[in-house]
Amino acid sequence: MGEGRQKRIEKEIVEAEATMNPPNLLDEAFGLSGGRVILVEDCVETSGAFVLHHLIKRSLSSSSPSPSPAGGGGTLVFVALAQPFSHYDRIMRKMGCNLSIQRDNKRLHFIDMLKLKLQAEYKGEIGRNVIENGLAELYAKIQRTVEVSSFKEQGKGCITIVIDDLSLLEIAAHGSGDHVLDFLRYCITLTSEQDCSLVILNHKDIYSSDEAPRFLLNLEHLADVIIKTEPLTTGLAADVHGQLTITRKGISNKHWYSANKISNFHFKVKENAVEYFYPGSQH
Amino acid sequence: MATSRSGRPSSFSRAATSSPASSAATATSSGVKLGPNGAAYVSSGIPDLDRILGGGFLLGSLVMVMEDAEAPHHLLLLRNFMSQGIVHRHDLLFATPSADPRAFLGTLPAPVSSSSSSSKHEQDQGLRIAWQYKKYFGEQQATEAHKDIKRDFSNDFDLRKPLERKLLGAQSIDCISIQDSANLALLHDRCSTFLTKFPRSDGSTGIAGRIAIQSLCAPQCGYFEMDWDMVSFIRSLRAMVRSSNAVALVTFPSALLPPSFSKRWQHLADTLLSVRAIPDEDKELAKLLTGYQDMVGLLHVHKVAQINSQVPTILEATTYSLKLQKRRSLVLEGLNQAPVDGASGTSYGTSSSCSTSGKGSSIDF
Repeated sequence: MGEGRQKRIEKEIVEAEATMNPPNLLDEAFGLSGGRVILVEDCVETSGAFVLHHLIKRSLSSSSPSPSPAGGGGTLVFVALAQPFSHYDRIMRKMGCNLSIQRDNKRLHFIDMLKLKLQAEYKGEIGRNVIENGLAELYAKIQRTVEVSSFKEQGKGCITIVIDDLSLLEIAAHGSGDHVLDFLRYCITLTSEQDCSLVILNHKDIYSSDEAPRFLLNLEHLADVIIKTEPLTTGLAADVHGQLTITRKGISNKHWYSANKISNFHFKVKENAVEYFYPGSQH
Repeated sequence: MATSRSGRPSSFSRAATSSPASSAATATSSGVKLGPNGAAYVSSGIPDLDRILGGGFLLGSLVMVMEDAEAPHHLLLLRNFMSQGIVHRHDLLFATPSADPRAFLGTLPAPVSSSSSSSKHEQDQGLRIAWQYKKYFGEQQATEAHKDIKRDFSNDFDLRKPLERKLLGAQSIDCISIQDSANLALLHDRCSTFLTKFPRSDGSTGIAGRIAIQSLCAPQCGYFEMDWDMVSFIRSLRAMVRSSNAVALVTFPSALLPPSFSKRWQHLADTLLSVRAIPDEDKELAKLLTGYQDMVGLLHVHKVAQINSQVPTILEATTYSLKLQKRRSLVLEGLNQAPVDGASGTSYGTSSSCSTSGKGSSIDF
């Protein structure tokens, strides 16, 4: 009973926040439809994890057209390779989103892949089949979860798959980028079949040298929305933590065509929220 | 706010704000300090570095130090880290590419007269001039009042005095030579068995462990054509450390790695530092910075661990000078621009173009 009450209070808080806080610049840049495949690119100096947290919160407490009585929002399939659950739980709790409760409610499916190993390591030769099988297994897990929850949801809330972060999957696959790309293509097919969206975090600067840009180019090609976080060119500042560049790919269908839309603004990360503002417009 | 925080007053206020927090939240059980966001810190062995990083090295984090290819400054960090661990009776795992790892333990520094406060007083009495100097150098003075609290957590180390043998003997210190081992499986297994001793338990901070790995990708290790093996070793080390009550400090010569792998390593680090030697007779730099003569190198803070928080730590400065105080203990100081003498001072508006300022002034005026 106490838990139910807590849930209700939390729901009220979320709703109150939604009415108090109008969508910020990041939400605006996404537009109404968002995108099916969202790619977040960051670099050593400026972590893009906060964008991920924002998207996690958005997908869990999304204002779907008909919020279900069980608490509204969508379902999240979280493939975590970078951090343990406790890390995300603490952060999201400060943002007003209790991951533990969401997990108990089966709205969050947390797949802990921190120690994922795809091949017998340090054996010198790499078993390609082992990597393939490992990734296929991971995909099967995601697919099963998505199908079960989409059956339960009956198209009410949307399902989001989050991968944090892809470069670690690449490491787990022992640098076999083609396999990782294949895995992603499967995931993207799944998103279009089950009407869910995919959020990927990756690091841009890994691919900046001319050794391995192919992987990133492929990735950018697959993405509908690309969010880049960069430090300011002028260096570090306490008031501005960096800048965001959001590229929304143009969509063309039978009736109309929209061009690529690029927006650019600065941000400051706080514990419970992120401030977004146009350069120089901070008060 | 940023502007007001620059310069000395800021460092004073920072020390002032950090010390009540530390005194309030310390549960200095065997050198572990609790911080915000459920974080627990252990000392890096350099009090200044602890202060800069906001408390020390986070338990459960991976600290990486990028080496200077030409100078062994990373060893200073490594030695102090290990010595501090031994002083706090933390278990230690040390891996090095040299053939005899035990020999390195003989070079660890000893703490400066750690507990005898009487000798401290005597020092203060005797060295009036040094005291005067201290006012100009760093925050020593500000933290002086809280020394008693902080002493338990971090010590100053005398680089000239080796650590007592009996301390080394009493401690459980695991040493591995990673020279010419065909693959990383051995190191991986040793690390994982070491870390099983420190399971992470919420709430209570038990004993802490330290892993120190020196020059992981150095040519002596013989890990050629094993870039992916090394990066996946680091990844699994990071995952293992995350779920245990330990800190891993890994130094690596980043210049030897292909650029894309170097970036991968940097991304895997929770706290990323780099050290750089300064050239001996760099006249320009000597003119530009005060205390150039005392500097032994530069320390650059690239990344500060953010566990359980999404807010990045923005430091007042990212580059600090490594100095030896009284030729003994290691201190870190912000870079101070030297006052400019009158002749060239008129055109000193743009600090970056100081080399051309001489010419410019003769034409302009």
